[in-house]
Amino acid sequence: MRIVAEHLSYVYNAKSPFATAALRDVSLTIEEGEFFGIIGHTGSGKSTFVQHLNGLLRLPSSLKRRKKRPKCKKGELPPPETVLRVGEFDLTEKKTDFRALRKSVGMVFQYPEYQLFAETVRDDVAFGLKNFSAEKPSEEQIDGAVKAALEVVGLDYEEMKDKSPFELSGGQKRRVAIAGVIVTRPEVLVLDEPAAGLDPLGKKEVMELLHRLHREWCKTIVIVSHDMDEISENCTQAAVFSEGRVVCVLPPKELFRRADELTALGLDVPLTAKLVSALARRGVEVDCDFTTEDFVQNVLALWQAHGGKGGGA
Amino acid sequence: MKDVSFGQYYPVSSYVHRLDPRLKLLFLIAYIVAIFLASNFYGLAACAGVLVVIVIAARIPFGKVLRAVRGVVFLVIFTAALNILFYNGETVYASWWVFDITKEGLIFSAFLALRLVLLVVCSSLLTYTTTPVSLTDGVESLLTPLKWIKIPVHALALVMSIALRFIPILMDETERIKNAQKARGADFESGNLLKRIKAMVPVLVPLLLSAFRRADELGDAMDARCYTGSGKRTKYKKLRFTWRDLIAFLVGAALIAGVVLMKIYLPAPY
Repeated sequence: MRIVAEHLSYVYNAKSPFATAALRDVSLTIEEGEFFGIIGHTGSGKSTFVQHLNGLLRLPSSLKRRKKRPKCKKGELPPPETVLRVGEFDLTEKKTDFRALRKSVGMVFQYPEYQLFAETVRDDVAFGLKNFSAEKPSEEQIDGAVKAALEVVGLDYEEMKDKSPFELSGGQKRRVAIAGVIVTRPEVLVLDEPAAGLDPLGKKEVMELLHRLHREWCKTIVIVSHDMDEISENCTQAAVFSEGRVVCVLPPKELFRRADELTALGLDVPLTAKLVSALARRGVEVDCDFTTEDFVQNVLALWQAHGGKGGGA
Repeated sequence: MKDVSFGQYYPVSSYVHRLDPRLKLLFLIAYIVAIFLASNFYGLAACAGVLVVIVIAARIPFGKVLRAVRGVVFLVIFTAALNILFYNGETVYASWWVFDITKEGLIFSAFLALRLVLLVVCSSLLTYTTTPVSLTDGVESLLTPLKWIKIPVHALALVMSIALRFIPILMDETERIKNAQKARGADFESGNLLKRIKAMVPVLVPLLLSAFRRADELGDAMDARCYTGSGKRTKYKKLRFTWRDLIAFLVGAALIAGVVLMKIYLPAPY
């Protein structure tokens, strides 16, 4: 499913002193198969954007907008039409089947473990499944789907199924919550800060899990993050949000070459990019794609080329 | 934050916003007394006039004020209707079975409806123009005399301010959890009442848990700062009585005096 947004704007609490523009004329295309990263500060509009993708925030329908559109003066271009399409779903239409949309676009919120509610892990994971099925799924169907979902997130079904989700550890809870979203096999999976609040190992495990999902279950993965290392290590493409606008969309490899621009926006850059620019200031040019592995290999190669005795000018 | 206009602070800077919260509380009490003292339309008109002036001075849009009334429209109509039907008056306009519509009944209902509306507008103005923190400060300060009879006023005020502070947080939380469950296909909008109540379980359980978690964390944070609530505490924002408050005080006093005078000298021609 290809995601296309054009001229998307959103204002929270419109017409009140609390009014804040969260999105200003955002245009962004996410191709199918991408592991897409959305970067930005708190309040840059990244979460608002992803909530549009499965209709949790709705646009006024296009019909209403056409009526409301102000008459434009002669010679002036009419304001551009907002477009928001996810696969074949046109989200500017009121009649769009939002249930079907939500089934194919899974959404994992920040701290998803706080949405667990059922008495057993099995029931919690099955919640989405029951909601989205047209007819009531049989117990065997539920068991099968829950088992597959729990296994893909790296949990043992037999051990987990009858436990209360509240007696699990933090990392396990998060896995169960993710399983509860992917159990319906969405084509697109959107995750808001999937690794927030986890220790480095937990972060790594979650990212590995996402790569596994990307290979086996979901064609497209979109993650929202402010952790640049996460983006540089994992994403194939990244969009930078700032104050409700999209500043640029580039593969991380190219994006972090523009470290200065990112720093000017008040954003961090990955550790590798910091090292690359520190080395560049000393006259050592390292060419890498900013993943730790590639960086290390390149630096080692340079080191060896200089006879292992420290290089540079 | 969703559409909760009743009792939510409206952040603009105005004369009324800057008034001492203690004075605003006292003014509210005085105003309510005035509403109920007023025995004819002149008195109520004076009250309404003062209220309009306050709304303008507070720079709060009239639409916002009317929205506060919207919450009690049903109550107003219901009581007015009951009074129209059952009030025993002399000039009967229409009558059917046990119901009589009389001139006095109509007047009395209009009177009651007006009183209710003024009451709601006036009390919501207090919360529109006063932050929860200064409101509790005001309450605490006004209740100081109760300390002498060993009532833990400070603790009560703290409970009140925590409760007020947590309302928007829990509303946000509800919204977030609702969205998360909606993304998992939960449906809160269709079905009969029973179905809708059942649909709320996946929201209420996490909400309750998170409320407890937050309460725990807040308690720990207060402990970590050695908060005991006892001893002499200083205030970040000291309440001070200024010329502004004096003017408001005089307006309030004049209103009550005016209403009482009107009660005496303009006897109920309605």
